[in-house]
Amino acid sequence: MIRSSAAEMAAKLVTGEVTSVALTQAHLDRIASVDADVHAFLHVDTEGALAQAAAIDAKRAKGEKLSPLAGVPLALKDVMAQKGIPTTCGSKILEGWRPPYDSTVVANLKKNDIVILGKTNMDEFAMGSSTENSAYGPTHNPWDLTRIPGGSGGGSSAALAAFEAPLAIGTDTGGSIRQPAAVTGTVGVKPTYGGVSRYGLVAFSSSLDQAGPCARTVLDAALLHEAIAGHDPKDSTSIKAPVPQVVAAAKSGDVKGMKIGVVKELNGDGYQAGVRARFEESLELLAKAGAEIVEVSAPNFEYALAAYYLIAPSECSSNLARFDAMRYGLRVGDVDGAAAESVMNLTREVGFGKEVKRRIILGTYALSSGYYDAYYGSAQKVRTLITQDFTNAFTKADVLVSPTCPTTAFKIGEKANDPLAMYLNDIATIPVNMAGIGGMSLPSGLADEDGLPVGFQIMSPVMKDERMYSVGAALEAALLSKWGAPLLDKAPIMGGSK
Amino acid sequence: MSLTYDDVVAKYEPVLGLEVHVELNTNSKMFCGCSTIFGAEPNTQTCPVCLALPGALPTVNEKAIESTIKIGLALNCSIAPFSRFARKNYFYPDMPKNFQISQYDEPICVNGYVDVEIQTDEGTKQFRVEVERVHMEEDTGKSLHVGGATGRIHGADYSLLDYNRAGIPLVEIVTKIVPGTGKYAPEVAKAYVSELRDILRGLGVSDVKMEQGSLRCDANVSLRLIGSDVLGTRSETKNVNSLRSVERAVRGEMIRHAELLNKGERVVQETRHFQEDTGLTRSGRSKEQAEDYRYFPEPDLVPVAPDAAWIEELRAAIPERPSLHRKRLQEAWNVPAKEMEAMINADVLGIVEATVALGADPTKARSWWLGEISRLANERDTAIADLAITPTDVAAIVALVEKGELTDKLARQVVEGVIAGEGTPAEVVSKRGIKVVNDDGALMAAIEKVCAEQAETAEKVRSGHLPAAGALIGAVMKETKGQADAARVRELLLGHLGQ
Repeated sequence: MIRSSAAEMAAKLVTGEVTSVALTQAHLDRIASVDADVHAFLHVDTEGALAQAAAIDAKRAKGEKLSPLAGVPLALKDVMAQKGIPTTCGSKILEGWRPPYDSTVVANLKKNDIVILGKTNMDEFAMGSSTENSAYGPTHNPWDLTRIPGGSGGGSSAALAAFEAPLAIGTDTGGSIRQPAAVTGTVGVKPTYGGVSRYGLVAFSSSLDQAGPCARTVLDAALLHEAIAGHDPKDSTSIKAPVPQVVAAAKSGDVKGMKIGVVKELNGDGYQAGVRARFEESLELLAKAGAEIVEVSAPNFEYALAAYYLIAPSECSSNLARFDAMRYGLRVGDVDGAAAESVMNLTREVGFGKEVKRRIILGTYALSSGYYDAYYGSAQKVRTLITQDFTNAFTKADVLVSPTCPTTAFKIGEKANDPLAMYLNDIATIPVNMAGIGGMSLPSGLADEDGLPVGFQIMSPVMKDERMYSVGAALEAALLSKWGAPLLDKAPIMGGSK
Repeated sequence: MSLTYDDVVAKYEPVLGLEVHVELNTNSKMFCGCSTIFGAEPNTQTCPVCLALPGALPTVNEKAIESTIKIGLALNCSIAPFSRFARKNYFYPDMPKNFQISQYDEPICVNGYVDVEIQTDEGTKQFRVEVERVHMEEDTGKSLHVGGATGRIHGADYSLLDYNRAGIPLVEIVTKIVPGTGKYAPEVAKAYVSELRDILRGLGVSDVKMEQGSLRCDANVSLRLIGSDVLGTRSETKNVNSLRSVERAVRGEMIRHAELLNKGERVVQETRHFQEDTGLTRSGRSKEQAEDYRYFPEPDLVPVAPDAAWIEELRAAIPERPSLHRKRLQEAWNVPAKEMEAMINADVLGIVEATVALGADPTKARSWWLGEISRLANERDTAIADLAITPTDVAAIVALVEKGELTDKLARQVVEGVIAGEGTPAEVVSKRGIKVVNDDGALMAAIEKVCAEQAETAEKVRSGHLPAAGALIGAVMKETKGQADAARVRELLLGHLGQ
């Protein structure tokens, strides 16, 4: 049962073949049996999930009309505030904090009767590409437990790949949904910036952060996308427009006559051979399905990484200033006579990890007077140029495509002491965040050299998210008929049974 | 030996700069829906947004934008078609986010001015104070430092934080430097703040209560040698919470600066705190090394781009400037300046204007509000505005007196009745049975009775000693319970006694 797609589970819930309580319990059992190895979860809300499931079953029994995903369980990235449930963002500084309010995403999940199983592991404050920066220990990739599951949302993607949940919520600031999806053989979507409310998403970089759906199929991602998206008056940057029709697009999967642009700069040198092979193969399948493949150029993408590592740290240096031990979270050194300033300093010293401190320092420097124009100011100009590159490219193609990441999953510890090598992982995902457009990663097969999953990235213009779902669904169907079974069937069997 | 003020202005020219913070009177905070009512229990008017809980986001209060645009228009500013909020980053326990959302290089209103007038020995003088910018920001919470000698954070045993004020909408109005005021600098500073306060009150956008902190002024003062183009180092005096203090603070700082400069010492660039009791300032925070606030555009808020048509709508609704309005009233009513001042000080100008608008004679209306009604308010230890009498009531009373249906004395009883809650003037008149006795027959009967009782006095009058009539008139008035028209009584009495 737990290996089905969310859509299949939903169908069985409708026919009464299974109850939400049974489905939820099956996932809780799965978590109990495999999560000691995977460590996808930071908190499992057994009681809350079962109570929510029982309430949904009762509603269904009464004949109430329920939403398409009602009763299906989900894993929530620990960066989303959920009322009464520990929310740590993978940081010691928030240890023990239970939000008194629901994020808009959580409110939407509850409104749609999606069962929240618990909170998933992540790099501290979403800063990282491996979950190694979590203060609570790394998550392991279900394909190979010695490897990283990607990051920052490695917990959410690993939970999907290990069948601990059929759906998950991620957040993507520079690739934190798409890169974990790529290296775990799952689907992850970063919607258009402003498409899903950020209210209650603990901010890393406000102008780049975007919550989105994670799943094992394109249709499941679309169903979850429509459940969480929409204008929110509590988020000033939320877009006031109807939600793109992504479910319809995922169901049709029609790419006939569509122009698919291959971004010249996001391929070639620095990309693993197996990654490039799977990418080329996917392009052929899309061409066979009726799409026209064209090449486009985005000359300014080469500055994207540098600009990102000025903008994101700048915003984070300000966003994380609120963690001062005054109102919530960790408090260190609060002894008699200690000044507020020393308590704040000690708490931040102990409560923040190395990568977070590195970025706070970087950002503080980049915003300092005398440096602002050279760093933050220039980075904003690069951002404008990248957006222009996308605008130009979208005049030649309906969607753009690239490999999601240059490599497959690397070993835990391999890049932990080399931040630059770690940052390079996001070279193909970052431009999407810089321009605020939509991006999806879906599995395109395994690399020949290491047998690990490779991700295929599709990018669509602002609020044209349905396009990436059409292309994703078409490619997914073509690959499925080629493989004869979902890619995850090739993953090692965990926990003794399928 | 300290310098006299005359010594200072003989040698130096003061340069002023004024920053005024105004708390807007919106119902909710700048970036969340929390109430803004003053004086609530600590931390009861807070939410995830103004407590800066992780994940919470600000949204802009549209009413605050409207109020700020109105202020900009009233101060002759241009309204930016596109402006942005920015984050001002610094750590302080009473600031929940450890940054303040403010406006930096793209404020909503720029380049305005306020003309002020001061009365001098050389006559009325006018000065133009140019406004550099008007921008929006949020207030901080309040810290209460307990224990320790100074009430300041250093040396305190512990501190209490109240976040009710955190996020209250503030508007900051910054002048350009104001040169050329010479010896009148203190008066110009006071006149500017006073004019500003009146304008803001007229717009209805703030309570403008300096003593409660809803209008706060920081006075920047520097001196330069007369004839020099080089600006001196300025000090920034905070905590100036009355109009009188603005004037005193500027004067005090001018003398302090001059003493330092005369001794060959330098003025330290710093904030100073005005002390009400001594009229002096004490040193605050040094600004020698500019603090780096690492401003950058607030990514959580979209830019403010007010619709041009909306701005024009607001412009059309801006009331006449209070000072011009007053000048116009003074001319129309033909009132001496002193009387005008008295009405302003007693805060009855608006009420008198409303009474006149209802048809009352300006002099009568003024004399009722400033005289009898003020007296009754004093007696009851309450504000005139809080008495249960309205311009409509007073206009009605004035009309009744004019028609001869009330005497001044009776009218005072009616006023008292209205204030006592007995109803409208007409109702009080009828309930209390107040009416002028203008039935000559009834009056003659009373006159005859009085003349018989006081035959000796009546005889004096009859023989031409007219001052004696006063006693008889008084007796007749008493006889008619004060409801007679004294003039008519006199006429009839004198006729009766052959005069």
